[in-house]
Amino acid sequence: MKISQLIILLFLLVILSIFVGVSDISLLNFLKWDEQQRLVMVISRIPRTAALILAGVGMSVCGLIMQQMTQNRFVSPTTAGSLDAAKMGILASLIFIPQAGLWFKSLFAFGFTFLASIIFLKIADRIRYRNVIFIPIVGLMFGGILNSITTFFAYKNDIVQNVNAWMMGDFSGVLQGQYELIYFSVPAVVITYLYANKFTLVGMGEDFSKNLGLNYRAVMNIGLFCVSLTVSVVVLTIGTIPFLGLVVPNIVSVLFGDNLKNTLPITAIFGAIFLLICDILGRLIIFPFEIPIGMTVGLIGGVIFLILLIRQRS
Amino acid sequence: MISVDSITKKYSENTVVDQVSMQFPVGKITSLIGANGAGKSTLLSIISRLLKQNNGNIMINDKNLESYKSRALAKQLSILKQSNHLELKLTVRELIGFGRFPYSQGKLTKQDEVKIAEAIDFLDLGDIQDKYIDQLSGGQKQRAFLALVVAQDTDYILLDEPLNNLDMKHSVQIMKRLEQLCKEKGKTIIIVIHEINFASHYSDYIVAMKNGKIIHSGATQDIMNPKVLSEVFEIDFEIIHKSGKQLCNYFY
Repeated sequence: MKISQLIILLFLLVILSIFVGVSDISLLNFLKWDEQQRLVMVISRIPRTAALILAGVGMSVCGLIMQQMTQNRFVSPTTAGSLDAAKMGILASLIFIPQAGLWFKSLFAFGFTFLASIIFLKIADRIRYRNVIFIPIVGLMFGGILNSITTFFAYKNDIVQNVNAWMMGDFSGVLQGQYELIYFSVPAVVITYLYANKFTLVGMGEDFSKNLGLNYRAVMNIGLFCVSLTVSVVVLTIGTIPFLGLVVPNIVSVLFGDNLKNTLPITAIFGAIFLLICDILGRLIIFPFEIPIGMTVGLIGGVIFLILLIRQRS
Repeated sequence: MISVDSITKKYSENTVVDQVSMQFPVGKITSLIGANGAGKSTLLSIISRLLKQNNGNIMINDKNLESYKSRALAKQLSILKQSNHLELKLTVRELIGFGRFPYSQGKLTKQDEVKIAEAIDFLDLGDIQDKYIDQLSGGQKQRAFLALVVAQDTDYILLDEPLNNLDMKHSVQIMKRLEQLCKEKGKTIIIVIHEINFASHYSDYIVAMKNGKIIHSGATQDIMNPKVLSEVFEIDFEIIHKSGKQLCNYFY
């Protein structure tokens, strides 16, 4: 598979995504669209597709960068407590500034994700027993602790449902005027690409990068910043999408290797393709209703992840 | 020249390197020997700024280590630690290319490509240059990492147990290449090594450490002495002289 083929596939999926939906809009009748159809296009279909691409790119790249930073293939926003931290941030903003807009929420989510990532890296750093599965399990436990604290305070304040609603990954609610926050993931992804070589080195370990004169701490901080920014804006506009950041980088690594200068763009495109396929399937399976994206991604991603785990052992 | 002056490294109450002072001769191979936990690897890490000492100074080319920018130092001195069990899927060539990172920050120039090709030739990696690191045998892997150091092209090369897990054939291969680097390119090599006969055969100088201190140092033939070695390792040694070299027998 070449990158050009992936781009063509992505393009086809974008077209498909724009024209799959409850209201019947045909590409062929482009000139005969009425006002209603044009509105559906501009308000819902195009924003939804754009959000899918950005979330797919963002979460996959985040997973890849986190895997480099921890030198562990099984770390991702799902298995490092990042999503739970973002949730905690949303809770905090709901409690402290109930009338806060999306901007404040994202600021809180970003802050909490950033802090939690630093704590997780510190924990991972201290674990002497660097078993490949052990660190993500610690991450899941860490996320579990954050989550239970969040649930406790959400329960106390009677906003459990409110918080959970924020976290439910869902693209059907993406509408023009309410999803633009997700574009903040674009600069983060661009920065990771500019630093791709440095993240490859970071993945080889602290001593290794220091020997080559890399400012290890600085690159780690840049990575943390980009990951936290992307995770928080994706969670706020879409909700959580489990496994995406785990599965996509691993598939790309198996197929294309680990030189980030080459694989980062592939990971990004692959992430968008994967998420588009999952979402289109989710829209079609029980048409005209929808299956939440978390379920399709979780199912397809989970199966692929299991296969990877089994391959790892053999 | 690398000279260290009263280097001390402590972990809480435990002193791992204790007041070590030493000058390492230029253009020679110096072996650091000693029992496990004698502080050899720690000293090597401190000299190469991977660890920070509690006390003391390191001078590299008459300039204090701390006043070097990390990137500038990476053009002067390279370190290869033991156990580079990278699981990353990089090709041999890509890995060696990272040796040029201090010079080009990842955008390889023509000159970088020349250096990479030289390093590949130097370690006979031509046939496997497009293989992934994780597919290589132990000996091939170690050669690939050494090639990275060669491509980094520094005056000082520090190696922490480069023969770890290698069989005799591959150990000899690696040591011959180091000898060549030293003689043909004038590199200064400091190496932590356990196999005493390799140290004896290939190094010009030997530094013996015990409990964090340097207890003996000097030209190889002076250290290869039963009394000195028994003191260092606390077992008996017999030295066999054979065609100008000394061999140890320590199987009693």
